[in-house]
Amino acid sequence: MTAFKSLSVAMFKGFFRERVALFFTFLMPLMFLVIFGLIFGGASSSKTKIDVVGDGPVLTALNSTGIVEFQRVDSFDTAVQAVRSGDVPAAISVQGNKVELRYAASDSVQAGTVQAVIRSVVDAVNIKASGKPPTVTLNSQQVEDSSLSAIQYLTPGILSWGLATSAIFGSALTLVNWRKKQVLRRIRLAPVSTGTVISSRLLVTIGTSVLQAILFVAVAMTPVFGLKLAGQWWLALPLLVLGSLSFFSIGVLVGSIAKSEEAATGITNVIVLPMAFLSGTFFPLQNAPQWLQTVSEVLPLRHLNDGMVDVLVRGKGIEALGVPALVLLAFTIVVGFAASRVFSWEDS
Amino acid sequence: MSKGNTIVAEGLRKRYGDLWAVDGVSFTVGEGEFFGILGPNGAGKTTTLEIIEGLRKPDEGSVRLFGEQPWPRNPKLLPRIGVQLQASSFFEKLTAREQLETFASLYGVSTGTAADMLELVGLTDKADTRENKLSGGQRQRLSIACALAHDPDIVFLDEPTAALDPQARRNLWDVLRAIKDRGKTIVYTTHYLDEAEILCDRTAIMDKGKILAMDAPATLVRGLDAPTHVMIERGIIALDDAKSLAGVEEASDDGVSLRLSTRHPGKLLSTLAERGALEGLQVRGATLEDVFLELTGREYRA
Ligand SMILES: Nc1ncnc2c1ncn2[C@@H]1O[C@H](COP(=O)(O)OP(=O)(O)OP(=O)(O)O)[C@@H](O)[C@H]1O
Ligand SMILES: [Mg+2]
Repeated sequence: MTAFKSLSVAMFKGFFRERVALFFTFLMPLMFLVIFGLIFGGASSSKTKIDVVGDGPVLTALNSTGIVEFQRVDSFDTAVQAVRSGDVPAAISVQGNKVELRYAASDSVQAGTVQAVIRSVVDAVNIKASGKPPTVTLNSQQVEDSSLSAIQYLTPGILSWGLATSAIFGSALTLVNWRKKQVLRRIRLAPVSTGTVISSRLLVTIGTSVLQAILFVAVAMTPVFGLKLAGQWWLALPLLVLGSLSFFSIGVLVGSIAKSEEAATGITNVIVLPMAFLSGTFFPLQNAPQWLQTVSEVLPLRHLNDGMVDVLVRGKGIEALGVPALVLLAFTIVVGFAASRVFSWEDS
Repeated sequence: MSKGNTIVAEGLRKRYGDLWAVDGVSFTVGEGEFFGILGPNGAGKTTTLEIIEGLRKPDEGSVRLFGEQPWPRNPKLLPRIGVQLQASSFFEKLTAREQLETFASLYGVSTGTAADMLELVGLTDKADTRENKLSGGQRQRLSIACALAHDPDIVFLDEPTAALDPQARRNLWDVLRAIKDRGKTIVYTTHYLDEAEILCDRTAIMDKGKILAMDAPATLVRGLDAPTHVMIERGIIALDDAKSLAGVEEASDDGVSLRLSTRHPGKLLSTLAERGALEGLQVRGATLEDVFLELTGREYRA
C-alpha cells in the first residue's frame, strides 16, 4: 500500500470508529431532517413576489388567485429596473384596461409561472367583459400533499449543513488527536510529504460527504417525506467536492488552533450553527431582513446551500454552479493559506 | 568522520528559556553498538535523542548521522532510522496489526513484516486488539515493533522499559537483544542503572544536560574506587568482631545479614573462609549507582 492509501485508511477507520464523529456526521443531521421534515410538512410554498403599479380589475382578479404577492412601487420604470437587476421575477403595470408585463427570462420557471397566471387572469377578465359564457370550463385541483415543498428545501439544506459539520469536525479531530498523541511527529520521521498527509484527509472528507448525501437523500426520498430530485441532480457532485474542500480548509484551521478534542468540537459548533441559520439551511431566507441576507452572501455554506437547492430540486442546469463554485474555491484558498500559517506538527 | 561511526555528536546545546536542557554533549556511536543514555528525570536524555533524530534543532553543536545532517528534516536519512518516542504514538482506534501495517506503509514497506514484528515482540495474540485496550507493557512492545517495521539500520528507543513490571522488563530485554542480534545499532535511554549494565556496550551517564561519564558499564564501575559489599549470615561473627577484620571499612547489621564493605575483597574472603564464616555469602561489586553517587555526590533516584 502506498503511504497515501494507508493514511487514508487509517484516518477513515479512526473517524468511523469514533462514536461522536458518527453522531455529528450521520445521526444528528438525520434527526434534524426527520424532525423538521415532519414539523414543516404542512407548510405551503411561499408566493412569488412581483412589483405592481396602478390599479384595475385585472389586479383584483390576480390578487384573488393567491399565487403572487404584490409589492407596490411608484413608477413602472423603477419596477422594470428591479426586474432587470433580478430583485423580482416580474413587474406589472395596470392602467384601466391596459396591462403591461415585464419579466426576467433568466429564471425560466418563475417567468413561465408569472406569464401563465397573468395571461389566464387577463383572459378571464376578457371573457367576463364579453358577456358570453366560456366554451370550455376548467376545474383544477392540486393532487400532491403540500409537504413536498418543505422537504424540497430541507434536504439540500441539511445535507449542506451536515457536510459542513463533519468536514470541519472530522479533519480538526484528526489533526488535534494526531498532534496530541505525537502521531504527527512520528509521521514527520517517515519519508512522507505534508501534501500526502493533507490530501489523504481531504479524500476521507470527500468520501464522508458522498456517504452523507446518499444517506440523507435516500431517507428524504422515502414516501414519508417524498423528496423529488430534479433531472440533473448529479450536478450536486461537483458541489459536494467543492463544499468538502472549503470546509476541510476550515477544519485544518480549527485543528491547528484547538489543543484538545473538546475545544475542536466546541469551535466547530460555534462556527457551523450560526452559519447554518444565516445560510438558510433550516428555514428559507426570503423573509429575513435584507442586511442579514447580505451578510449571508459571504458565507460558504450559503453558496453551497443555494447551489444544492438549485441543482437538486429546482432543476437548474450547470450554469447554477458558477457562483457557488467560485465562492467556495476562493474561500478554500484564503482559509487554506491562513491554516498553513498556523499549522504545526507538535504542541510547543 | 571515522568509518564505522553511525552517530557523531559534537558540542550539542539546547536551551528552553533560561534552562540549558542539553549543555555541551558530545559522543559517538559505532555501527552495531548498543548505546545507553542514563540519567534521572529532566537530565536531557529525550532532548538529546530528538536532536539526533532530527526532530529538534540544536542551538549549538553539530550532529552527523550516517555522515548526514539530520536537521533540517533530511528525507534521505528517514528510511534508515526507527524511532520510539517517549510517549507512545499510535493511530487512534487502530488495532496492533493495523498500527504496524500503517507505519510500514509510510516507508513503502510491504505489510508482510507486520506479523513478523508482532512475533518478535510477542504480541501475536494481540494482533486484533485496539491500541487503547493494550496494557502499558504491551503498548511499549508494540511501540518498539512500530519503530522496527521498516527495517531501519539504527533504532532510537526512549525509555522502552519505563513503567514495566520486572517480568515484562526482562522480556523486553530479550527483545532488545534480539534487535541487536539483527545487526542494528541501538541508542536507548533508561532510568535503570542495573539494566544499562546488563544491556549496553557503552553507557553515557547524564545529569543536568551534561554527560558526566561515558564508557562500558564494567569499565565505569571498575574505574571507580568504590568498595565491594560482602554479606554473610548474621550471628556467625559479632558485629564488633567483624569491624576489626583486616580490610573491612564498614560493617552493619540490617537484621537479616551482616554487611561488610571492603576495598580488598580477596583478602577479606580468605579471612572469612579461615574462620569458617561463609554461611549465606553474597558478594556485590560496585554498580552504576555507586558511579552516579560518586559523580554527582547524591544518591541516584530513578
Ligand atoms: N518543549 C520543551 N519546552 C520547555 N522545556 C523543555 C521542553 N522539553 C524539555 N524541556 C526541559 O528540558 C529538560 C530536559 O528534558 P528532557 O525531556 O530532555 O529530559 P529527560 O532526561 O528525557 O527526562 P525524563 O527522564 O523525565 O524523560 C527538562 O528540565 C525539561 O523541563
Ligand atoms: Mg525523556
